[in-house]
Amino acid sequence: MPFIANTDEQRRAMLATVGVSSLDDLFADIPPAYRLAGLNLPEGLSESEAYDRLHELSRRNAVQLVCFLGGGFYDHFIPAAVDAIASRSEFYTAYTPYQPEASQGTLQAIFEYQSAICRLTGLEVANASLYDGGTALYEAAMMALRITGRNKILLDSGVNPIYRNMLHGYTRNLSIEFSEIETAHGQSDRARIAAALDTETAAIILQNPNFFGAVDDFSDIVELAHARGCLALVSAYPIALGLLKCPGRMGADIVTGEGQSLGLPLSFGGPYLGFMATRRQHVRRMPGRLVGLTEDRLGRRSFVLALQAREQHIRREKATSNICTNEALCALRAVTYLALLGKQGLAEVAALCARKAEYAKTRLGAIPGVAVKKSAPTFNEFTLELPRDAGEVVSRLIDKGFAAGFPLGRYYRGMENYLLVAVTEKRTREEIGRFAEALESVL
Amino acid sequence: MSALIFEKSAPGRRGYTLPKPTAAEQACRLRIPARYFADAPPELPEVSELDVVRHFTNLSHRNFCVDGQFYPLGSCTMKYNPKINEHVAALDGFSSLHPLLPQLRGGGMLTQGALEVLYQTERWLCEICGMDAFSLQPMAGAHGELTGIMLIAAYHRAQGHRKTKVLVPDSAHGTNPSSAAIAGYEVVSIPSGADGEMDFARFEAALGDDVAAVMLTCPNTAGLFNPRIHELADRVHAHDALLYYDGANLNALLGRCRPGDLGFDVMHLNLHKTFSTPHGGGGPGAGPVGVKARLIPFLPTSVIIKRQDGTLALEYDRAQSIGYVAPFYGNFAIIVRAYTYLLMLGREGLRKVSANAVLNANYVQARLRAHYDLPYDRRCMHECVFSAARQAAQGVHALDIAKALIDRGLHPPTVYFPLIVKEALMIEPTETESKEDLDRFIDAMIEIAAQAERDPASFADLPRTTPVSRVDERKAARDMRFTA
Repeated sequence: MPFIANTDEQRRAMLATVGVSSLDDLFADIPPAYRLAGLNLPEGLSESEAYDRLHELSRRNAVQLVCFLGGGFYDHFIPAAVDAIASRSEFYTAYTPYQPEASQGTLQAIFEYQSAICRLTGLEVANASLYDGGTALYEAAMMALRITGRNKILLDSGVNPIYRNMLHGYTRNLSIEFSEIETAHGQSDRARIAAALDTETAAIILQNPNFFGAVDDFSDIVELAHARGCLALVSAYPIALGLLKCPGRMGADIVTGEGQSLGLPLSFGGPYLGFMATRRQHVRRMPGRLVGLTEDRLGRRSFVLALQAREQHIRREKATSNICTNEALCALRAVTYLALLGKQGLAEVAALCARKAEYAKTRLGAIPGVAVKKSAPTFNEFTLELPRDAGEVVSRLIDKGFAAGFPLGRYYRGMENYLLVAVTEKRTREEIGRFAEALESVL
Repeated sequence: MSALIFEKSAPGRRGYTLPKPTAAEQACRLRIPARYFADAPPELPEVSELDVVRHFTNLSHRNFCVDGQFYPLGSCTMKYNPKINEHVAALDGFSSLHPLLPQLRGGGMLTQGALEVLYQTERWLCEICGMDAFSLQPMAGAHGELTGIMLIAAYHRAQGHRKTKVLVPDSAHGTNPSSAAIAGYEVVSIPSGADGEMDFARFEAALGDDVAAVMLTCPNTAGLFNPRIHELADRVHAHDALLYYDGANLNALLGRCRPGDLGFDVMHLNLHKTFSTPHGGGGPGAGPVGVKARLIPFLPTSVIIKRQDGTLALEYDRAQSIGYVAPFYGNFAIIVRAYTYLLMLGREGLRKVSANAVLNANYVQARLRAHYDLPYDRRCMHECVFSAARQAAQGVHALDIAKALIDRGLHPPTVYFPLIVKEALMIEPTETESKEDLDRFIDAMIEIAAQAERDPASFADLPRTTPVSRVDERKAARDMRFTA
């Protein structure tokens, strides 16, 4: 039997100590009518058989496609050192660091992660991480409702449609009023926002770069929001923060985002990493774990989970959130990645992504019938207008070896001919060239 | 003292190399106006690759972990995490797979292997739990609870029921009342009786037509199986309420009995407890939700279906669904690990898990009962709960006992939980520990009990063998320093 150490002889000795004659006797509290004779499951496999099965399943997935698919989840390169650190079982087989003396490694790594997220977002306090970018945005919205005591939320339609769906799903049982604000020319529509922002509004939720890839400076919107006592929430793409003005500088009150691009594999949707940062004055309203700096009895620098009184295991039904865990191992990956890249490296990766995207725009935009959608400036993702249905084009390009991008018609009515194309530092000039040829050939 | 990675920074030092852009790419001007740019890049450390590797490797030495120490945290099921699980989750065919691929036309066919892992895991979890369907989307146990309560709310709404309350015993995990409250319900806490079970009379008194659900952990957090569970389920159903199963303790019941057969309607599991995926220092985990047939229409978007031709597909168009709870299909790489574990254990292996987990806990209970107070002197399931009340009377509290164990290189049990036990020590050894390791822990606990009698003052400066001694939590709360 795999993973069980005791021998039959040891089991007999232990049963004698317990004072029962068989293993089945240990389950005497289960009423006989509900006791199970057995499960209808296959027989167990050996390790090599299990490996073969998984290996075969892994080969039935098309990971060989050249990836121009983004939509908030990107094919960035992961340095080997990130995997090496995250593979240390001292980190991955530990529990939540409730016992600080036995968990300084995890605690310090999270403290450094919190610090890196603050520096990235330009805010003062970051939590130890949340499940993903979408749940982080939902938690930020709930936090804004608690802080303002108001009930209405404005949602820019440039926010990832998956996250907007999640926000609506989570709040269906609560009486929260959502208004979606359509973008104008792919960018946040100042006039519509100004008209909708009132003194009943708890928060406006924005995204930078937005789902169409457009970059923005929300300073004016934030100012307007603050003038009406409303908080500004920004969902950000962390790689872009190597280059772009950070939401903290724009005045944002809560910044969240998906940390997948910081050294986490795509892994078919998870595990990912929701980051969240805010102003110091809101720290007690923030959900999730928080590691604080302190000292031990001898005055040595130490780390410990702080402000736990906000959390469910103490506050129960009055907690700021029901969240019990964070994504500690993913946060470890992120802080390792950010440390490896460093100040210059992150800026360079960001610039390289943006430059390659501009190159892809010139190549793809030159194809007859294809137009780069005229909009605000973009970072590493942009929208192409095709002469026919983008979903169909994408399907044909799969046969030619490309994950060509995301057809916007899936989430935006009237945009059936539009394709969202993402370019990361991994895409070579040659791949971009072949992609342009393939696209031209299927139109 | 452990320097921060930021303190190891030297201007101009690099830990990363990038491909050089080609001349054609270089020639492309960034068409982003200056006002959108940061004045300077974020102040990340400037360190070499060796700096980073050495820094985090040294940090790793400052952790206890299952691979290094006995780790009997009650309710957390810190069993061994098989290495094969890590290995297969990292296979390129899984780890490089973009989650939006199946949303492209014809894209489902590009991910049949991944969908098979999800589909098969769902089917097996249904069989293990006696449920009719599972959604693997929730990304943690508490997330599963919230999803479960949202499903219950959607069900009652569709039935035209007006229900406002959720009943939770006072022994429950804190996430239960918290999840119910966040989903919009009023939480009613039901006290436990002298036997460690929810007080039946007070439960019946609180149960009315305004109750949407009753949330139970079984075996409960005192490690006890409620022999009246089916009777309780009948009462709940008589009021059109649903019974929710917190699966944190399912390790006790694997292959022995099934929550679905006991009358539970909705449940969550913790793949990182029962199904051996690592805890990661506090995540990522996975908290799949199982339901009986009448709740299937409300399951989160999307749902995996098997077509007539045997291929798998994702269904998004579901009128009564509660919508998206995760961006995609759950914590896939965690689910791959659990699937591999199930594949290796099979039907017999799972029954051995519960048998050995329950034996190990009862063995610890039997050997420690003379040395610590046993608040509920009954057969336990996968964990046993003692009280350090006797030691506390000498001035040695549960926390001191925890620190004394840490000093001896053993991870302590969960302390001060469940809340219904004063000075609680909640011990869950799991099935993967050997008798030798259990004996080492038990002997340490016995010595500690003797030390508490003999020299209670000696606990104050424990632990001494760890990188830091007892830390000042109040200072952390007062100073509120959360960043470098």
